[in-house]
Amino acid sequence: MIPQSFQYESPGSLAEAISMLQQYGEDAKILSGGHSLIPMMKLRFATPEYLIDINNIPGLSYIREENGTLKIGGLTREAELEHSDLLKQHFPIFADVTKLIADPQVRNMGTIGGNLAHGDAANDHPAVMMALHATVVATGPEGEREIPIDEFFYGFYMTALQHGDILTEIRIPMPPPGTGSAYHKMERKVGDYATAGVAVQITIGDNGVVTAAGIGLTNVNPVPLRAARSEQALIGKPLTEATINEAALYASEDCNPSSDLRGSEEYKRSIVATLVKRMIHQAVNRANNS
Amino acid sequence: MLKEITITVNGQQHTLEVEPRLLLVHMIREVLNLTGTHIGCDTSSCGACTILLDGKSIKSCTVLAVQANGKSITTIEGVAQDNQLSPLQEGFKENHGLHCGFCTPGMILRATELLAQNPNPTEEEIRWGIAGNLCRCTGYNNIVKAIQYAGAKIRGEELPSTEPEFV
Repeated sequence: MIPQSFQYESPGSLAEAISMLQQYGEDAKILSGGHSLIPMMKLRFATPEYLIDINNIPGLSYIREENGTLKIGGLTREAELEHSDLLKQHFPIFADVTKLIADPQVRNMGTIGGNLAHGDAANDHPAVMMALHATVVATGPEGEREIPIDEFFYGFYMTALQHGDILTEIRIPMPPPGTGSAYHKMERKVGDYATAGVAVQITIGDNGVVTAAGIGLTNVNPVPLRAARSEQALIGKPLTEATINEAALYASEDCNPSSDLRGSEEYKRSIVATLVKRMIHQAVNRANNS
Repeated sequence: MLKEITITVNGQQHTLEVEPRLLLVHMIREVLNLTGTHIGCDTSSCGACTILLDGKSIKSCTVLAVQANGKSITTIEGVAQDNQLSPLQEGFKENHGLHCGFCTPGMILRATELLAQNPNPTEEEIRWGIAGNLCRCTGYNNIVKAIQYAGAKIRGEELPSTEPEFV
């Protein structure tokens, strides 16, 4: 319950925050929503000597569309994603995922940037970002750089972010007409991490052929996983039960879940297959009604 | 190193010197002696420490006191006005929405934001809306009724019956 002592800094600008991260080095941690970091500090799994609170830096929280790209500020809270009209209109997957992340109080604090930067395969946004083919913007001492989501996750709690980087923005291509998206996770109860979760975005052309597909998997692999073979099984083909079953089978084969309190490896693979089918159907229904 | 913070608590401004690692819930309970806010877990699950921070419900066990600098908080002690129970306090009393009372302060603060955002929630919206608050005693049914009662009172509608159901 009681964290170890640390020095607290509350910079008022991004430049100041980055220079503090440089100055304090590896002993410093960024405090965003605080709802993964503070719990770890309370259990003394994390004992940073410096906390750089980025919550008082203006301009890091927004949801807007610019030139065909959806831009979400790293400090945007889950509750803001949940209630955004822009997202409701174009990305129903955000309503699916935010409702299943933690609980209302946690969503008032937790940020999308923190959810990604934590680098936990049990978090839900990584799979969604894979389905949406997102790009992450890291701002560091040398300025901004873009990291495609497929190059972002390295290992358990490890990402492409370097020390001194702050995850400042997420960029998502606006989907063409005929696109639908959906996310669901099996969870034991509200607030739990996924037993398995599946994010799907799919685009159907005028002739009924799948022109684009993104499928991401939550908590069934050491790192968040793109179901690449499943996507390829759909793209360029008309959507039939056979192709959907094939996509589901590939996802269940290509993931690498561990047996734990949430279930056996076999059970989790079967959940993945079931959810892939359901989420494809859900995404396609939404595409047809959009 | 101590940090000086200024915080408005239930309408009254306080300036305090706090250690950065001091959790907001401990500041509320141990420094300000507002012991209505409770601690029911150490993993940010139970919601017994829920308060309003600038009008938003948060778990005060997972926020540092220094993070509340310059902000305004409401605890259960600040909910009643002019010796009148708030609609939610009255609703919990009339509908038997509490037994031991340990979760009640957090439950009421969470429901306060819920009704502010959505004054006429469905039963499902209420249950999702209080999903961050655990209760060991009631089984939640009477808490749902308490929140429905408070919603009706806020909307100025006829109050639902508070006769207990025997099952």
